[in-house]
Amino acid sequence: MLAFLIRRLAQAAVVLAVVGLIAFAMFRFAGDPVNQIVGPDTPVSERAEIRKSLGLDDPVLLQFGRYAGNVLRGDFGISYQFRQPVTALLAERMPATLELAFCATLFALTVGILMGVYCALRRETVLAKLFQAISLVGVSLPTFLIGILLIFLFSVTLGWLPSYGRGDTVRIGGWTTGFLTVSGLKALILPSITLGLFQMTLIMRLVRAEMLEVLRTDYIRFARARGLTTRAIHFGHALKNTLVPVITIAGLQLGSVIAFSIITETVFQWPGMGLLFVQAVQNVDIPIMSAYLLLVAAIFVTINLVVDLLYTVVDPRLRTSVGRTA
Amino acid sequence: MSARMDDAAEAPDAQRATPSRLARFLGSDLWLSFRRSKLAMGAFAVTLLMFGLAFAAPWISPQNPYDPAQLELLNSNLPPLWNPDGQSPFLLGTDDQGRDVLSAVLYGLRLSLIVGMLGVVVSGFLGIGLGLVAGYFGGALDTLIMRVADVQLTFPAILIALVVDGVAKASFGSALDTNATILLIVVSIGLSFWVQYARTVRSSVMVERGKDYVQAARLIGLSSPVIMVRHVLPNVTGPVFVIATINLALAIITEATLSFLGTGLPETMPSLGTLIRTGNRFLFSGEWWVVAFPGIALAGLVLAINLLGDWLRDALNPKLQ
Amino acid sequence: MTDPVLSVRDLRVAFETRRGTLTAIDGVSLEIGRGEILGVVGESGAGKSVTGSAVIGLIDPPGRIVGGEIRLGSERIDDLPPEKMRRVRGRRIGMIFQDPLTSLDPLYRVGEQIVETIRTHTDLSARAARARAIDLLTEVGIPAPERRIDGYPHEFSGGMRQRVVIALALAAEPELIIADEPTTALDVSVQAQVITLLKRLCREHGTAVMLVTHDMGVIAEAADRVAVMYSGRIAEIGPVAEVVRAPRHPYARGLMCAIPTLSDTAERLTQIPGAMPRLTAIPPGCAFHPRCPSVFGRCQVERPEPIPVGGARVACHLYDARGEAA
Repeated sequence: MLAFLIRRLAQAAVVLAVVGLIAFAMFRFAGDPVNQIVGPDTPVSERAEIRKSLGLDDPVLLQFGRYAGNVLRGDFGISYQFRQPVTALLAERMPATLELAFCATLFALTVGILMGVYCALRRETVLAKLFQAISLVGVSLPTFLIGILLIFLFSVTLGWLPSYGRGDTVRIGGWTTGFLTVSGLKALILPSITLGLFQMTLIMRLVRAEMLEVLRTDYIRFARARGLTTRAIHFGHALKNTLVPVITIAGLQLGSVIAFSIITETVFQWPGMGLLFVQAVQNVDIPIMSAYLLLVAAIFVTINLVVDLLYTVVDPRLRTSVGRTA
Repeated sequence: MSARMDDAAEAPDAQRATPSRLARFLGSDLWLSFRRSKLAMGAFAVTLLMFGLAFAAPWISPQNPYDPAQLELLNSNLPPLWNPDGQSPFLLGTDDQGRDVLSAVLYGLRLSLIVGMLGVVVSGFLGIGLGLVAGYFGGALDTLIMRVADVQLTFPAILIALVVDGVAKASFGSALDTNATILLIVVSIGLSFWVQYARTVRSSVMVERGKDYVQAARLIGLSSPVIMVRHVLPNVTGPVFVIATINLALAIITEATLSFLGTGLPETMPSLGTLIRTGNRFLFSGEWWVVAFPGIALAGLVLAINLLGDWLRDALNPKLQ
Repeated sequence: MTDPVLSVRDLRVAFETRRGTLTAIDGVSLEIGRGEILGVVGESGAGKSVTGSAVIGLIDPPGRIVGGEIRLGSERIDDLPPEKMRRVRGRRIGMIFQDPLTSLDPLYRVGEQIVETIRTHTDLSARAARARAIDLLTEVGIPAPERRIDGYPHEFSGGMRQRVVIALALAAEPELIIADEPTTALDVSVQAQVITLLKRLCREHGTAVMLVTHDMGVIAEAADRVAVMYSGRIAEIGPVAEVVRAPRHPYARGLMCAIPTLSDTAERLTQIPGAMPRLTAIPPGCAFHPRCPSVFGRCQVERPEPIPVGGARVACHLYDARGEAA
């Protein structure tokens, strides 16, 4: 178990180092950082002074070391656009993104699993075929188009839900939450569906395929031969076995939900990290871009680790093969 | 040795290929499965229609939407023709600049398809090339390429495209002309989607590499690139074609998303994504047609290509038959 | 034999396929008495397993019972509604499958699976059911059952797992057990142990057993009576002493040539040229006639009905008084 954990941690560290290198390269070589600080008519001598004070004349390796050190201390530099520390900007917007990603994942998991189980157990019904068709459309349509469609239906035409922003938020310590106000919760609905729809269809298709597979196994046949109730067979045995592989995929999807929120946040003007990133790309704000990239990589790597560990908890076969024999 | 024999065997076949190939195709399982699937035929028809419209856009559009001289502000914000306020010849209405929506959609479709296909070509070349190299030479090179692929797979393609786009703008300045912007988007799409090709080609090369005929071709002194291109590539056409089809849909979505986020094609030369971005502003003022028709065109195109790709994957998968 | 536990009369099972209806079981009749082991032998595709599945009501679509009747004790069970049939499965008929490695749900402890079966069919409390589960494990010869009951299936060896499967089949004290190739997937050394166990348990509990196998050694070792199946029909049925030692049907004769030891399998029938016909092309008359060394004119046109010969019943025109006369 320990060896497994250490190997996983080492892999995670390598991925983070590679992404860190890319982030540094962007930071250092994409455009001249000096240009971002001074105006176009600053004399050459003054530019050289600034270069020196920023350490841009030092060996590249030294610069990378310094960059890595700064990053580890949580210092990602100063945003070109906002003239503020990137860390503070990201921290301010992180709750919005995380709350949105959480709701989207919750939506994707519950609805996706329910629909997938239904499609597997009632394969021939009209509703199951309708779900299948919806899933095909859900996989095909670009996220922003779905968002626009939802806004058109529920905000413009029906006027039920807000089309942009987080609504009223409550500040608890350093965290702003939309969970505690009615308008905050209402504001969450459309963005969560938009962001979660793709994952939902993915999970639905996965659950359906996996469950059909499980229903054909010997132990399900044996469970029937033991005279267990259909309910116990479907939900006790088949569903549990179905969900083991689904957990991995769903967990990994959580990472892409956070990254995909770039699009949803733009459509709904959701004040999160994704919107900040898009604005950074539009305005060539490299410090924010590289920090965001590193942050997403760190989140991905963490989720991967957690999913691996969770997997061993759920599947007894792995628990013993990893735990007792090793 | 066997390489020569292959050539000899193929030569006479190639001469009478035209009729016999068609006959062979018509008798093939692929064609049969296509004839049996109404969905595949429908998807193919829609895809073909979209390609036709895109190709013919300059000739069938009532207006050249890129030419400011043709735009009349008097004609701005007209609803579609079936609406009482609609005006001929603006079948699908106009936007706030007096631009004909139908023409804009046709030109946008053309641009989306061009960028998408170029993106597929770039990612295909990159992925196939890297896959061949990784699989054929193995060793450290293989490890390096596949590690990069692994790391890249942890990020969604759109994020990579955005980063490439942002870095390029930072490096070359944001004053790029339209053609350079198109090229930039094509490259970012290419860099985002090469991994799947590389993985497929690599694993296929690993299988082929061990076979006798490749060893024989090596022995008679055929150089590695020749062996790879002539003997290994034909074996991966099926899977690569499936990936390319599904990738075309993804590439079109990626371009549309980039344009929608405002980092793609400029408003002076709008793709479907740009049209949706600009049209989105009019959603609340009631001019729904400005965003609806580009949206429908994009959704239809992507759905049709996806359906076609799904069908092709199932039809070419021997395990499912 | 008075009051058989199981009595199957003229059973017919058909599968609907795109190419038409295939008759997998065509007029099978057999009886099993209390504490008796009936061996059912034949090549793959002869209909042995389908017969077993039909008795326990686990024929899945597109297959279905199209004729005949199945009685358990005095009750007819082939036409029971699904929910009633479920209560028969596991409670009155237990089943053992071929592969113990895949018969158990990998995510549940073996104890949980036994308790689940017991509590589905009885009113025992959880505590009492667990005590009974430990008794069962002891009975099937699992060492240290108090500890092993909390083990997961993958922690048991193949032979031990098949013992768990037998314990599961016995959990609710059924009148009949259907054992479908219970030893095929096991190591040769373990096969004999499992057969001995099965035999002992059935003697002690008075359970009737339908032992489906293609292994003549197993039959010779364990069965009291044996039915030889060919192309969905019974060729010969009778006491082991007669059918195995002195087979009458030409097919049974060919089959028995390959018996001797428990370890030897009789899959390959070198003595009989040709192969069993596919279900799509069963020849008219006697299904065996194209391969039969003693074939004569009547075999090609008239299907032989089982006729009593000695202690057995044989479906062959050679033993028909009229046939011998001709």
